[in-house]
Amino acid sequence: MPRPELQAPPEIFYNESEARKYTTSSRMIEIQAKISERALELLALPNDGIPRLLLDIGCGSGLSGETLSEHGHHWIGYDISQSMLDVALEREAEGDLLLADMGQGLGLRPGVIDGAISISAVQWLCYADKSSHEPRMRLKAFFGSLYRCLARGARAVLQLYAENMDQSEMIMTYAMRAGFAGGVVVDWPHSSKARKAYLVLTCGPPSVQTSLPKGKGENGELCSDDDESDGEESQTVGIFERNRPRKKFRVNKKGKGREWVLKKKEQMRRKGHAVPPDTKYTARKRKAHF
Amino acid sequence: MRLLTHNMLSSNIRGVVNGFPLGIEAEKVVEREVELSAEFLRGVFPKIEWGALVAGARALGHPDLLPGEADASMLASDDFLRRFHRALLQLHVEEGALVCPETGRRFPINKGIPNMLLHEDEV
Ligand SMILES: C[S@@+](CC[C@H](N)C(=O)[O-])C[C@H]1O[C@@H](n2cnc3c(N)ncnc32)[C@H](O)[C@@H]1O
Repeated sequence: MPRPELQAPPEIFYNESEARKYTTSSRMIEIQAKISERALELLALPNDGIPRLLLDIGCGSGLSGETLSEHGHHWIGYDISQSMLDVALEREAEGDLLLADMGQGLGLRPGVIDGAISISAVQWLCYADKSSHEPRMRLKAFFGSLYRCLARGARAVLQLYAENMDQSEMIMTYAMRAGFAGGVVVDWPHSSKARKAYLVLTCGPPSVQTSLPKGKGENGELCSDDDESDGEESQTVGIFERNRPRKKFRVNKKGKGREWVLKKKEQMRRKGHAVPPDTKYTARKRKAHF
Repeated sequence: MRLLTHNMLSSNIRGVVNGFPLGIEAEKVVEREVELSAEFLRGVFPKIEWGALVAGARALGHPDLLPGEADASMLASDDFLRRFHRALLQLHVEEGALVCPETGRRFPINKGIPNMLLHEDEV
């Protein structure tokens, strides 16, 4: 099965029958609960028992929100799929639900939200589902509005399935441009099924608090069978290493060279930038001008 | 949708400068009981735009629920906390619409869920 993101836009993919799985499949329910518990843990809210106002972005059937409610928090859920929200109504989700597209921005007042979680949703922004869709603009609108609505020092924890390195880099770039500090926490990096990547973002200038917690199983300890079996079959997990060394190109005195330029241009093309075609003039040496 | 969410939400239409507060057209309002947390109310109070909350309660058919003005000292009163709690967390607009204060664009509310999806020319 190809990735869901390649099959149809989210409001079509998450139709009634897909949404139904979130009430009938105990495996699906358990996965959502587990990931949301971990996301909430990574939010690192003060341990004072005081209920907060949180966001659940791509709240879907309200399973992830249920975790927030169980911990006493209030939440506002955003989702683009009416069918998923119908399931949330059925489950009597306690948060307020909005039928909305995160790629259009969240439309919240500045500084009012104490934290945000998102489970397997943000990678959808990387796909242009309509001719008017420009993934970069949508990522910018999303992260910009997320940054603005969070209180200073608040966190956003976004669990996501990036298709490849380019995609995770693109998502990270827009998060950082919006002003966030933070990085990626990978749980069970050595298991292709259980592996989960969480973008942990902090609003405001970097501080001691913004240092990242460790991923589970990062040191090679094995996860339980339980964790091992919870990969979502329908999702291919992209490569998303935190400390993955970048390929280095040799830079000599003559400059970066034609090979480097061609590679870079290809990368930019893949990311959807308009890049001039490669010709015999590409990266040619120029005579010195005075 | 509850007034807590209404108090945080503003019109997201491109070009709109002051999208807050959204007007409320309430056709059906229901009340659901929620446990009161004084700590939550104290924490959220500084973030609340009081005028919008009062107007919201009025639009939902409760013109006398809240005092016209409020300051943090009132959070010591149980009566005030109960009213604040009821307005913020217990009243739900089930059917109706939110209205952009600048353009008049209506965002319909069905089964308690506001449809905030923008048209292409509004993004
Ligand atoms: C894996 S599901 C998450 C399920 C959810 N956490 C739950 O408990 O049911 C991903 C959700 O993201 C939503 N989504 C995808 N793109 C979106 C967008 N642009 N705006 C809002 N929601 C979106 C989908 O509709 C889907 O419900």
